[in-house]
Amino acid sequence: MMFDKYLIDAASLRQTGPADAPTGFAFDARLGYYRGLGLSMVEDLELAIDGEPIAREAITFDEGPGPLSLDAMETAWDRRWAFGAPATIAVALPGGFPAGEHRLSLRQRLRISYMPFPSFNRDEKLITL
Amino acid sequence: MTRADTTGSAPGGSGTSGIRRGVSLYSFQEEMFLGQMTVEDCVAFAASIGATGIEVLPEQNMPTFPDISDAEIARWHAMLDRHGAHFTAYDMFLDTKRRKDRLMTDDEQVESIVRDLTLCNRLGIRTMRVLVFVRPDILERCVPHAERLDVHMGVEVHAPWNLDHAWILRTIEVADRLGTQHLGILPDMGIFMKHYPPAFRARFEREGARPHVAQFIVDSHEAKIMAEYTIYDVAVTMQGNPAEVRMAETLRHAPYANPKRIGDYAPYFRHIQAKFYEMDADCTDPSIAYDEVIRELVRVGWQGTLSSEYEGNRWIQDAGPVDSREQVRRQHVMFERMIAQAEQGLL
Repeated sequence: MMFDKYLIDAASLRQTGPADAPTGFAFDARLGYYRGLGLSMVEDLELAIDGEPIAREAITFDEGPGPLSLDAMETAWDRRWAFGAPATIAVALPGGFPAGEHRLSLRQRLRISYMPFPSFNRDEKLITL
Repeated sequence: MTRADTTGSAPGGSGTSGIRRGVSLYSFQEEMFLGQMTVEDCVAFAASIGATGIEVLPEQNMPTFPDISDAEIARWHAMLDRHGAHFTAYDMFLDTKRRKDRLMTDDEQVESIVRDLTLCNRLGIRTMRVLVFVRPDILERCVPHAERLDVHMGVEVHAPWNLDHAWILRTIEVADRLGTQHLGILPDMGIFMKHYPPAFRARFEREGARPHVAQFIVDSHEAKIMAEYTIYDVAVTMQGNPAEVRMAETLRHAPYANPKRIGDYAPYFRHIQAKFYEMDADCTDPSIAYDEVIRELVRVGWQGTLSSEYEGNRWIQDAGPVDSREQVRRQHVMFERMIAQAEQGLL
């Protein structure tokens, strides 16, 4: 429950791939935590459009050096999501983000060493591309 | 060129006591996160209210952590000098769960802590906040490094722990047995939560807690009833809704320990994290027993920094904009008033 309402930068949402035939979409996101965190401890980034979950395998994450799958993040020992820093979350989705107004939701699950349980942070934004 | 906190009279201090005022950069997390304030803005503001002691969290305030160059360290010191400020403490973290498949080994934990001790020393900082969950036997292995680098490792005494908690006493025992000046504690004032924070209650009510259930929880905290009784009453007897159960569960982390004990532990700490969740418009804290703590600190002649740690943003950011500067300003008005009163025997 940290910085929840700031996690998704709605204005940053854009289609990816050819303009006439998008292959997905991407947006900027921030880490819901008061410090930076190594990527191996960002356990999950769950996305949904209008409540419909997006497959984990369709998601990549990039804080700058290059996109990683969520599985690859588990062993990305030298990479870190800095405090307050936007990172690109990209989704492979034929047709890209749907036309009209839709609800994009993000749930981050973080593995915080000094807490007995994971940290969950959630944001939802209504977006019309 | 190092700039370290030294005891004795200096800007940010008071009259006869050795208590100095400072701010943790943590207090401005909301504005820094949103890009509304830079680190220098935070330092400038702190200096403007006489809180010249700056507590830094490299994992928050230094984007290239853990790779910090000498040039960057020089820039930090130049910036502090511009504002007449100085470092007071370094907040470390320990990622024991860095790997999914196993915890850090003991050797890896020591290596990580030594990494922080080394950076702390390079920054010219003599006090390091150690997370409370770090094992005392690991810290025992780090003492020779702390002594070599002249950094005091202070285990943070944070709610729900208290000064006399058996876990904290394990670190005190190690420090006593080794006869070292480089291991001790670092109290967080959240352990002296005399009244349930109104900001917490308001948030849970916005989330759906019914006023009569919220009042029951507040009254239970006021009566210092053991949390488990109240949690059961709310969750089962009163058939509490999820917001009410979450509110009741915060009682586990809302302790009120005896402020008089802080005087007994004064030799073991040199820095205090002045935790607070909200200040009223008249510059009083509705929750934390700062009057009792400051009275005791002055009585025993404690010397060190009261370092503001504002943690109210996460409780109110759902409802509107956060003003960390105003909160910190009010807390320091309170500190000045209470320290002066205590020095005159009037607190």
